[in-house]
Amino acid sequence: MSDHTHAAPKRSGLWDWLTTVDHKKIGILYLLAGGIFFLFGGVEALLIRLQLLYPEQQVVGADTFNQLITMHGTTMIFLAVMPVIFGFMNAIVPLQIGARDVAFPFVNALGFWLFFFGGLLLNTSWLLGGAPNMGWTAYATLASNPKFTGLGADFYVLGLQIAGLGTLLGGINFLVTIINMRAPGMTFMRMPLFTWTSFVTSALILFAFPALTVGLVFLMFDRLFGANFFNPDAGGNVLIWEHIFWIFGHPEVYILILPAFGIISEIVSTFSKKRLFGYSSMVFATILIGFLGFMVWVHHMFTSGLGPIANTLFGIATMLIAVPTGIKIFNWLFTMWGGHIRFTTANLFAVGFIPTFTIGGMTGVMLANPAADYQYHDTYFVVAHFHYVIVGGLVFGLMGGLYYWWPKIFGKFLNETIGKWNFWTFFIGFHLTFFPQHFLGLMGMPRRVFTYLKGQDLELGNFISSIGVLGMAIGTILLFINIFVAAKSAKRAPADPWDGRTLEWAIPSPAPEYNFAQTPLVRGLDALWTEKMAGNKGMTPAEPLGSIHMPSPSFIPFVMSVGLFIAGYGFMYASTWGTYIVGIIGLVITLFCMLLRSLYDDHGYHIEPDEIEEKGVKA
Amino acid sequence: MAADHALHTALPDEPEKATLEGKNKVLGFWLFLGGETVLFGTLFATFIALRDQVNGGPTAKELFEMPIVAWATFLLLTSSLTSVFATLALHKHNLKQVQAWLVVTVLLGLGFLGLEIYEFVHYVHEGHKISSSAFGSAFYTLVGFHGGHVAFGVLWITTLIIQSFKKGLTVVTAPKFYVAGLYWHFIDVVWVFIFTVVYLMGMIGGKAVA
Repeated sequence: MSDHTHAAPKRSGLWDWLTTVDHKKIGILYLLAGGIFFLFGGVEALLIRLQLLYPEQQVVGADTFNQLITMHGTTMIFLAVMPVIFGFMNAIVPLQIGARDVAFPFVNALGFWLFFFGGLLLNTSWLLGGAPNMGWTAYATLASNPKFTGLGADFYVLGLQIAGLGTLLGGINFLVTIINMRAPGMTFMRMPLFTWTSFVTSALILFAFPALTVGLVFLMFDRLFGANFFNPDAGGNVLIWEHIFWIFGHPEVYILILPAFGIISEIVSTFSKKRLFGYSSMVFATILIGFLGFMVWVHHMFTSGLGPIANTLFGIATMLIAVPTGIKIFNWLFTMWGGHIRFTTANLFAVGFIPTFTIGGMTGVMLANPAADYQYHDTYFVVAHFHYVIVGGLVFGLMGGLYYWWPKIFGKFLNETIGKWNFWTFFIGFHLTFFPQHFLGLMGMPRRVFTYLKGQDLELGNFISSIGVLGMAIGTILLFINIFVAAKSAKRAPADPWDGRTLEWAIPSPAPEYNFAQTPLVRGLDALWTEKMAGNKGMTPAEPLGSIHMPSPSFIPFVMSVGLFIAGYGFMYASTWGTYIVGIIGLVITLFCMLLRSLYDDHGYHIEPDEIEEKGVKA
Repeated sequence: MAADHALHTALPDEPEKATLEGKNKVLGFWLFLGGETVLFGTLFATFIALRDQVNGGPTAKELFEMPIVAWATFLLLTSSLTSVFATLALHKHNLKQVQAWLVVTVLLGLGFLGLEIYEFVHYVHEGHKISSSAFGSAFYTLVGFHGGHVAFGVLWITTLIIQSFKKGLTVVTAPKFYVAGLYWHFIDVVWVFIFTVVYLMGMIGGKAVA
C-alpha cells in the first residue's frame, strides 16, 4: 500500500493528451473540442441564413433545413458553449482558489471524454443517414415515434445522454473542489466572482441534468423498446416531455449565462482598476438567479394550455429574475464609474456585453407576459431574444474570457489589433443579424420554417439578417487567425500581464503542473491585489516548500467513454442488426474499466522541492 | 496533500474522512445522491401522472400481490440495517465484521432482486409489459431503475469485499466502504417511496380506468 512512485511518469505527444488528468490540460482539451464544435454549429448557421437570404429559395431544401436548425441548436448549446465554459472552469477555478488540483482529477478526465464521444456520436449522424430533424427541444410525438423522425433522433437521444453524463460529473467535481480545496484564508466571501458563478452553475448542473437524463431515457424507451410514455394512443402524455425538458432546459440557460456573468465581472473589475462594485450583492444575485431558474420552466409552455393560474404564476416568477439581473448590470456600470478604464479586446467584449445582454433581458421580460406571449410564441421574436442573451451575452463573455485568460492558459498573447477587428466585426455582424429578427417575429414570421413567401414585407429583414451573419463569420475567422498568430509568435506572457487582482495572476504563465509551489495565504478579497496594496511582491505562502503529491495519468477515462460510444451505436442499430450484442459489449467495456479503477488504487507520484524550478520561492 | 502520510500510522477514528481524498469522496458522493434524488423524483412524477393509464390492461389493483412485495421490502430494509452494522464495524476498525455484514447485505440484496425478477416475469404473463400501456412503461422504468441500482450495488459491494481481503482496512479503502453504505441506504429509501407510491397507493387508490 505504501509504495509511491517518486518519478513523474514520462509521457509525451498524443499519449500525454489522451491520458492526462491535469485540470489545465483538460481545460485546453475542452476549449479545443468546444472550438471545433463551435465551427460546426457556425457553418450550420451560415447555411440556415443562406437558405433564408431570399424568399422561396431551395438552397438546402426543407428536410436538410430541419436537420440544420436542430443540429445548430443542439451543437451550440451542448457541444460548443458548455465545453468552453468547462474549459475556463478547469483552467481557472483551481488557480483562483489557490488549489493544486481539482477534487477528482480522474473523474474530470472522464467528464471530458464522455462529452467528447457523446458529441462525436451525435455528429456522425450527418454521415449515417441524416441528422436529427425535430428541433433541439425534441418535442414528442415528433421525436418519440420512429415513424416520424428516422434514425436521426436516436443519435440525439444517445449522444446527449453520454455527453450529459460527462457534464454531470464535471458539475459534482467543481462543487467539491470549491467547497473542499480552497487555500487557507480563501473564505466563500473572498472567492472571485468567476469561481462563485462556476459554483452556482455546478449546483444547477447537479440538479438539472438528471431530469434531462430521465427525459432522454423515456424518449429512448419509446423509440427503441416500444414504451408509451409519449404515445397518446396507449395512455401516454406528450406534455410530460415538455415539462421534463424545460425543468432541465430552463436552468440550463442559467448554467450557460452565469459563468459569463463571472467572466464579465473579472474583466470589468481588472480593466477598471477597481474592486467589483457591490461584491456581496453580486454573489447574492448569482445565487438568487440560480434559485429562481428552477421556478420558471413553464414560461416555455405558455401556449400549451396549462391555464391562466399556472401561466400567471410562472410569468411573475420569470419577471422576478429581472431584479437580480438588473443588480448585476448596475454593479458592472458602477464598477466602471470613475475607474481607470483600459479598452483592451477583453474589455471591449465586456463593455459590448452589457447593453446587448440588457436588450436580451428586456425582450425576456416582454416574453414573460403570458397574454403577449401568445403573439410572440414560435416566431422570430423568440429567436432574436435568445440569441441576444446567448450570443450577445454568453458568447461575448466567452470571447472576452479567451482574450483575458489566453496568456494565463497558453503563456502567449492574442494579438490586440486583430482582437479589436475581431470584436467590431463580430459585434456589428451580431446586431445586424439578430436585431431585424425582432421585427420579423412581430410581423409574424414563424421560426423553424425553411422559407417564406414573397410580398409579405419579410424580404428586407431577412436579407439584412443574412448579411449580418457574414460579420460574425469574419469575426470568428479573425479569432482563429489570431490563435494561429499567437501560437507562432515568440513573445511570452508574463505572470501578471493585466495588473490582475485574483490569485491566478500570482503564478507563472502558463501555470506549472503543480500550480502553486507553496499554497498561498489569502488575506482579503482580490487576494493578489490585497498583497500588491500592502507593498508585497507576491502572495505570502501558507506552508513551507515541500514535496507535492500528484495524481497519475490514466487511459481508463478514454476507454470507459469509448465503451459507451460503442454501446450507443449498439442500441441504435439493434433492430437493424437484429442483436443487442454490440451494445452489451460496449457496456461491458465501461463496467470493466470501472472495475479496474476500483481494484487498482492510484498512489500518484511526488514532485520534490528541487524539481520545483520556480524562481523567487520563499522557503 | 498529506493524504499518503497517514497510510503508515494507526487508523484514525473516522478513517473515511481522514484524508482530503476521503473527504472529497464522501462530499462528492452526497452531492451525487442529490442528483440521484432528482433522477428518481422525475421518475416518480412521471409514474404518478401515468399510473391510471392502463390502456385496457390490468390495473395496479388487479395486478399487485402484496405478500411478495412485503417480502421484498422486508429483505431490502433488513439489508439496510446490516449495512449500518458494516459502517459501525468500519468505525471500530474491525475488518472481519465489515466483511461479514457486507456479505449479509449482498445476499439480502440478491434475494430482493430474485423476488423482483420473479414478480416482473409474473406480470408479463398477466399482460403487463413495458409496451402494453403508459402505466406499464412508467412502472417498469421506475421500478426497473431501482432494481438496476440494487444490481449495481450488489456488484460494487462484492468487488469491495473481495479487494478488502488483499488491501485491508486503510484510509484508502475506508471511504469506499463508507460511500457504498451511503449508496445502499439511498436505494433503500427510494424503495420505501416505491412501496408507498407504486404499491400501497396502487392497492388503495387510483381510479378504475377500463
